Amino acid sequence: MKRSKTMELGVGLFMLAGILGLLFLGLRVSGLTFTAPSDTFQLEANFANIGSLKPRARVTMSGVTVGRVTAIELDTEWYDARVILELDAELEGQLPRDTTASILTAGLLGEQYIGLSVGGDPEMLAAGDTIRDTQSAIVLEELIQQFVSNMVND
Amino acid sequence: MIGRIVRLGRSGCDVLEALGRASLFLAQSAVGIPSREGCYLWLRQMHFVGVLSLAIVLVSGLFIGMVLALQGYTILVDFGAEQALGQMVSLSLLRELSPVVAALLFAGRAGSALTAEIGLMKATEQLTSMEMIGVDPLRRIVAPRLWAGFVALPMLTIGFSVIGIYGGYLVGVEWLGVFEGSYWSSMQANVDFFDDVGNGMVKSLVFALVVTWIAVYQGYDLVPTSEGISRATTRTVVYASLAVLGLDFVLTAVMFGGFS
Repeated sequence: MKRSKTMELGVGLFMLAGILGLLFLGLRVSGLTFTAPSDTFQLEANFANIGSLKPRARVTMSGVTVGRVTAIELDTEWYDARVILELDAELEGQLPRDTTASILTAGLLGEQYIGLSVGGDPEMLAAGDTIRDTQSAIVLEELIQQFVSNMVND
Repeated sequence: MIGRIVRLGRSGCDVLEALGRASLFLAQSAVGIPSREGCYLWLRQMHFVGVLSLAIVLVSGLFIGMVLALQGYTILVDFGAEQALGQMVSLSLLRELSPVVAALLFAGRAGSALTAEIGLMKATEQLTSMEMIGVDPLRRIVAPRLWAGFVALPMLTIGFSVIGIYGGYLVGVEWLGVFEGSYWSSMQANVDFFDDVGNGMVKSLVFALVVTWIAVYQGYDLVPTSEGISRATTRTVVYASLAVLGLDFVLTAVMFGGFS
């Protein structure tokens, strides 16, 4: 059978273009980075109400993204939501024990994320510890209900 | 009345029989270790169904990306959310449009050609002659085409997505003036590699298998006349398009329906 070098080259280029395209989709479009998964640590935080917080939501500190929410589950001991946070390893042992975690909303209709703000305790949180001081998500219906009942009382 | 029931049963049996034949056909032609010769045959088919389909797929991808950006911008700008344009363009391309449109184009461009080629081989009794000299036509003719389609369509889908996102960039950023940084960052913040790109690739692999299977089976199973070939070619495009659209709904419901 007659072999044609240009055809082989064409198929090779085609496959190469496909792989490069996948790489582009990975790096540029979905923002994958090649960081080792080991340079993070986990903290837990219990919230009375998480609103519509979802796994993979951002965890920020002064607006800077420092981690992600990895899992949300119901704590059957206290009947509240246990949120597991994965934070950058450089913060390990740097957060005071009275750090506050609050669920915030980006913009009026935006997605919900967790904001951390540090306290002044000399003792630091270690990996696996639980953040005690938390603020639940603001649920619009509850706000309106409060507002209406205040109006009625006045 | 009885005759009608008999006819119904017979047509049901015919459908089942065809399905069984098609499955056996797939199993027989997909297995087997390819020889060096087989690899070369595969390469030739890759050239035909992959490289030569690149032009139509890329041009369609560019225009679809551009249209998405234009339509998305006019809607999003009403809500003051035109920064989310990158997210809208990339998610709709990666999840739905690239796998589906690339598969439809592939069925029209490569699938119909595969059916016609194999069908003409059957009509001119080349397949029978091959069997006479001891060459298995399933391995010699069908297997390389099947595997080439299975590899080529996912590659074409990737190309479609990439050029579509670039088309969206051209219209959204260069023409309509969306801030370049927010185009890319809204995309990176909301596209997940495994959930979005990965699921799109899974869809594309399923479509590749179905479209190529339908194309080669219709070619292999047709009535060997000139009318039979034309009917089979039409059937390939119709069945493949319907199968792609139907399966797309099922796959989307499983992947993104949130039933977990």
